[in-house]
Amino acid sequence: MQDETDLTSLIFGRLSLESIPYHEPILVVTFIIAALAGLGVLGFITYKQFWGTLWRDWITSIDHKKIGIMYIILAFIMLLRGFSDALMMRAQQAMAFAGSEGFLPPEHYDQLFTVHGVIMIFFVAMPMIVGIMNFVVPLQLGTRDVAFPFLNNFSFWMTAAGAGLTMVSLFVGEFGKTGWLAFPPLSGIQGSPGVGVDYYIWSLQIAGVGTLLSGINFMVTIIKNRAPGMTLMKMPIFTWTALCTNILIVAAFPILTVVLAMLSMDRMLGTHFFTNDMGGNMMMYVNLIWIWGHPEVYILILPAFGVFSEVVATFSGKRLFGYTSMVYATIVITVLSYLVWLHHFFTMGAGASVNAFFGITTMIISIPTGAKLFNWLFTMYRGRIRFELPMMWTVSFMVTFTIGGMTGVLLAVPPADFVLHNSLFLVAHFHNVIIGGVLFGMFAAINYWFPKAFGYKLDDYWGKWSFWLWTIGFYAAFMPLYVLGLMGVTRRMNHFDDSSLQIWFVIAAIGALLILGGIVASIIQFVVSYRRRDELRDHTGDIWNGRTLEWSTSSPPPQYNFAFTPVVYDNDSWTDMKKHGYERPRDGFLPIHMPKNTAAGFVLAMLSAACGFGLVWHMWPLVGVSFVALVVGFIIHTFNYNRDYHIPAEDVTRIENERSQQLDRYA
Amino acid sequence: MTTNATDATQNLPSSHFYVREHHPEQGTLLGFWLYLMSDCLLFAGLFATYAVLSNSYAGGPSGADIFDLPLVALNTSFLLLSSITYGFAMLQMQLKRVNGTLLWLAVTGLLGAAFIGLELYEFAHLLSEGYGPQRSAFLTAFFALVGTHGLHVSFGIIWLVVLMVQVKRFGLTAENGRRLMCLSMFWHFLDVVWIGVFTFVYLMGVL
Amino acid sequence: MSEHNAQPPSGDSHDHYQGHHGHGEETHPGHSTLKGYMVGFVLSVILTAIPFWLVMANVIESAGLTALIILAFAAVQIFVHMIYFLHMSPKAEGGWNLLALIFTLILVFIALAGSVWVMYNLNINMMPGVMSEPVLEMQSQ
Repeated sequence: MQDETDLTSLIFGRLSLESIPYHEPILVVTFIIAALAGLGVLGFITYKQFWGTLWRDWITSIDHKKIGIMYIILAFIMLLRGFSDALMMRAQQAMAFAGSEGFLPPEHYDQLFTVHGVIMIFFVAMPMIVGIMNFVVPLQLGTRDVAFPFLNNFSFWMTAAGAGLTMVSLFVGEFGKTGWLAFPPLSGIQGSPGVGVDYYIWSLQIAGVGTLLSGINFMVTIIKNRAPGMTLMKMPIFTWTALCTNILIVAAFPILTVVLAMLSMDRMLGTHFFTNDMGGNMMMYVNLIWIWGHPEVYILILPAFGVFSEVVATFSGKRLFGYTSMVYATIVITVLSYLVWLHHFFTMGAGASVNAFFGITTMIISIPTGAKLFNWLFTMYRGRIRFELPMMWTVSFMVTFTIGGMTGVLLAVPPADFVLHNSLFLVAHFHNVIIGGVLFGMFAAINYWFPKAFGYKLDDYWGKWSFWLWTIGFYAAFMPLYVLGLMGVTRRMNHFDDSSLQIWFVIAAIGALLILGGIVASIIQFVVSYRRRDELRDHTGDIWNGRTLEWSTSSPPPQYNFAFTPVVYDNDSWTDMKKHGYERPRDGFLPIHMPKNTAAGFVLAMLSAACGFGLVWHMWPLVGVSFVALVVGFIIHTFNYNRDYHIPAEDVTRIENERSQQLDRYA
Repeated sequence: MTTNATDATQNLPSSHFYVREHHPEQGTLLGFWLYLMSDCLLFAGLFATYAVLSNSYAGGPSGADIFDLPLVALNTSFLLLSSITYGFAMLQMQLKRVNGTLLWLAVTGLLGAAFIGLELYEFAHLLSEGYGPQRSAFLTAFFALVGTHGLHVSFGIIWLVVLMVQVKRFGLTAENGRRLMCLSMFWHFLDVVWIGVFTFVYLMGVL
Repeated sequence: MSEHNAQPPSGDSHDHYQGHHGHGEETHPGHSTLKGYMVGFVLSVILTAIPFWLVMANVIESAGLTALIILAFAAVQIFVHMIYFLHMSPKAEGGWNLLALIFTLILVFIALAGSVWVMYNLNINMMPGVMSEPVLEMQSQ
């Protein structure tokens, strides 16, 4: 009997049947719905006999276009989860007045705001921007793929594995209750003895590896893989922002890795980095994590700025105003983002001198952003503006982000921050810039490049519904929070005793429902567009009269992107080519050297996920076996030197001829 | 760039705008260098933590009490020697001599193993005295910084062995040459970090 | 401004795949030489021995001054390693290696100096008893 128990606890660690929250009705219902949806999807794939294609063409694909699409699909799925958390929180806060405690007790509510933040930042915003960069950057550079295609696949699956581990925490165990940054000592072993913070740590460590490698990948791609003639100052502005974003990723993510590792050592090994006793200093955690955290938010916003630059130029029919100053503004933002981190903890007690320094640097960093905004406006001035969906999202961004940015400068003033820190004002500010900036940017990007990726436009009618519901919904949901914050209401509370606050929370909840409408409209937009795809077809590959090289390819582009590498002489190289009467070549195609698909990335990422799960539950045999398998698997992968093949010239000729015929029919 | 009627009608041959064959430059060495830069920042986080926690003895021992400088000097010389033996391996590689390369790689690996062995001995000794990473924040930061460096060296040794097998089996191909260059950068970089460690942790800890 | 010459620009565009031919001169910064390694080694030995001697033999009275000197020696030795072992040069990878290194060093400095400064202030204000004995390197900064 004793031996059986010992064996069970050896294999299963602290995992047991009690870890499954079948006493929580909300979770049980969620699980049933998720399981049914999951079975539905699996059944559908089986019915369509899609498994082979799924494995060959998607899971093992090293094609940046496919990987980009997978990142965005992952982001959308996680958006649904993260937004459900938001809806629940809004409902709770709107209801919990006049004696009612609402339906979410603190230990449940605390997990909600924690996982909402983690999912939205790490598994919605990051995958969306990485996905867009994946799809667009090589095409804009005039090259066939990123510098390290295998690594690209691995990076995606590591991100997916991290997301999966977080999702598993919903049904097996619990998530952290510490807020999305998990400050000790609450996140230490005494403050959070359960598995929640461990899930947090290992999900982020696994996803973080993927992100860091992706950062290196894109830096090398942009530095080395540009088309001939494309100097740095002739690159599309989106690739400039992508370069700076990836520089930030490579420079910032190691800090996250190291600080989470230290937290996990405190929890698992009893070390004293951030403990209350034996000399630990939990303020060092806050310091280090924000040294990562501030560059992180610039990682999120810079690609969005790049998208807006492309969209504004294209839909104003004009070259971007002030390209050079845009580039310098981006570089300045990149460097300065390392000099402001303390503004996240003005109130922790560093004193007036330190606070003043960081307050000033924070205000300075708003200047290059302002410069960008003026450049966009000057681009629009005297342009022939077409209010297609990407442009609509851009205009909404300009207004919304400006408001959010201004509240940021307000918070940058330390005395003001002493009143507003950790109030709902802060919550409103960062949602303002992230939704108005990052999310609207990603919606603009998706509407802009979807035709390129799939060969047909997105439906306008449902797109407009989504746009208006999101925009109005955002203001309804978050403007009340500014008011509440100024009144002194604190964040992360599941209820308040003052009934006069309720009206604001109700307005916010209505806003959240409008946003829900926006998300539903988006989903309908995808479905309707697919159904109407023949009407919405992009026949020429240049549906918007674009200015950069991706618009010179077919929609969708062939696997190899460009049969012949374009040569660049000017910014807006595609516009330049069109202006000079460019006609695509019809013959003389050569075999094309391409990398092979691989299962290695998927397998290694799944082993990492297993290792992470084992670490969470202290299942040491699982940890040992999966870690060894990981190392051995990686070593075996390095023995595979045979990683490329050639697409025969006949195949290239056939694909290019099909495109030529299509162009002849529709041009 | 001005746009006027004459520009629009000035057609250029389309061949002006493409080349038939183009291969981008090899990015592996730059990519690996960038990875090393990210590793620099990882160590920066550990150094910063050590700097902040280095006086939090919690009643336990300080650096002066536990650091064995002669041992550290010996370890430093192992690592520094291993750097030039790796350099000799690279010289052999440039001369396309497989056996010469393998010989010096083996010597490097042995020196690296000696370094790790000595470090493990040092750690074991500290643990046996009760001065493990759980004793105080200072010791936590010490073990984390020096231990992470040691982990990197250990992974470097595993990589070195794997590469030796690959060079033996497949020869000094272009791909293996690139891998050897990457390991070279990694190995020298670890020595650079060690300079920081022995100066900032051991020598200054004793002052 | 656009320059539409008759030929496509050469510059960076290589017409043969360097990887296949294995000549890595373009991408690896400088040929290693025996002389280079030996010079680097000898310099490193000297730059290591002196700091160890200064500390172990207690040569200089002032601990603060010793600290400054050995830190300076460390910086120089790192520089030696970069030049002689890592072949750091402005030509490596078209200047990107050096640029990346400089940027990294700036960030390392910000992270280290910034953390020490911030934590020092936080500790003084918020951690009673921790800062009763001022830290050695803080004084010398």
